[in-house]
Amino acid sequence: MSNRVRVQTHINGEEREFLCEPRQSLLEVLRDTLLLTGAKEGCNNGNCGACNVILDGVLVNSCLVLAVEADGCEITTIEGIAYKDRLHPLQQKFLEHAALQCGICTPGFIVSAKALLDHNPDPTEQEVRLWLAGNLCRCTGYDKIIRAVLDAADSAEVGAEAEATRV
Amino acid sequence: MQAFDYVRAKDVDEVVSILARHGDQARVLSGGTDLLVALREGRRQAQVVVDIKGLAETKAMSYSPTSGLSLGAAVPCYRIYGDEAVAAAYPGLIDAAHLIGGVQIQGRASLGGNLCNASPAADSIPALIAHLAICTVAGPDGRRDVPVEDFCVAPGRTVLQPGEFLVSIRLPAPQPGFGAAYLRFIPRNEMDIAVVGAGVSVLLDESRRVIRSACVALGAVAPRPLFVPAAGEALEGRTISDEAIDEAVRLAQEAATPITDMRGTAEFRKHLSAVLTRRALHMAIARAQAS
Repeated sequence: MSNRVRVQTHINGEEREFLCEPRQSLLEVLRDTLLLTGAKEGCNNGNCGACNVILDGVLVNSCLVLAVEADGCEITTIEGIAYKDRLHPLQQKFLEHAALQCGICTPGFIVSAKALLDHNPDPTEQEVRLWLAGNLCRCTGYDKIIRAVLDAADSAEVGAEAEATRV
Repeated sequence: MQAFDYVRAKDVDEVVSILARHGDQARVLSGGTDLLVALREGRRQAQVVVDIKGLAETKAMSYSPTSGLSLGAAVPCYRIYGDEAVAAAYPGLIDAAHLIGGVQIQGRASLGGNLCNASPAADSIPALIAHLAICTVAGPDGRRDVPVEDFCVAPGRTVLQPGEFLVSIRLPAPQPGFGAAYLRFIPRNEMDIAVVGAGVSVLLDESRRVIRSACVALGAVAPRPLFVPAAGEALEGRTISDEAIDEAVRLAQEAATPITDMRGTAEFRKHLSAVLTRRALHMAIARAQAS
């Protein structure tokens, strides 16, 4: 039992094939096999959101997805958020607003916020707070994060991306 | 995590045969938000994990104003509240689907899984009871229907027999004059387990002033989600009034047999049972009057 399984995915726009054991989480494979270490293991039980990735357009905790379940799926990780030549507005605004301190939760927050803006490019503060409730930060007190996301939502690029995602 | 084999099942028969062969060493995987944590922490064992997300029936969701809602057991929460017709027809169910974890959890977690996990505090179960939902179970002897209020039998235990699994949940079409609501108390704004939850529904007559029937269910006040028929019956045929609601609230509170644990004392839960039943009834009545 537990032979390794071949899994085919698209990660950040590239075809990625890997072998994994059925018991391995997507997070484990992303980090240890594919060396995409941006997604973090915080709680490993779905509470903290540090491992968030976008799976076929849906925000998930990659610690609560088996890697074998991702066969045939499109995955966006924090490594796929920036543009070729510059940071994504969310990343830029996190820096400008000092929306991070230790940084462990940051990839999860940015991926989560990206998923929000893809489907709601003009959220209210309440909507941002509600959406990010599944991402825990123990340093910032959240306020700067919320302001960074709201500020990023004002950028024209975010509106255009949401338009493209909706197709 | 412990080692296991993974099967992405293609149809109901395949699931049943794997479950029949492996007994309690086979586990059904839907969204995985409970199962994977339990396997990782060693609270559950499995030699085989059967993924039911690939089955036509378990991933299907269909609604019509005449036949109601058929909800595949593996349909994740976000698809339920993301469907405009379903969200408009079942706001009381959406109350619960919106509360289960954060968006990351709602992207995977299904109401079928919430039901099979059989937590006394499960958010969706009082709401499903209030909607008179019926579960369709498949097993070695074919299919059977189970009223949702009978599905859970004890903490973490359901009526499912060896070889059986939950295929889908049916909710009747909401009639004119029907309204439902689910409310829970938690000490923070989001992302917590109910201290108490209340799912209620009412069906009003044409005047929208008289209650034809009502249904009250509570979460986290008993070893399983608690259906309180007496509370609903107390409202039958009554004109909407504080007195009628008071009586239903009193009966719901009396039926609650909570324990004291880290989330709250038995006394506090008793208090909450009354507060939430009352508020949920007012909400359900307001929705019914707007219907």
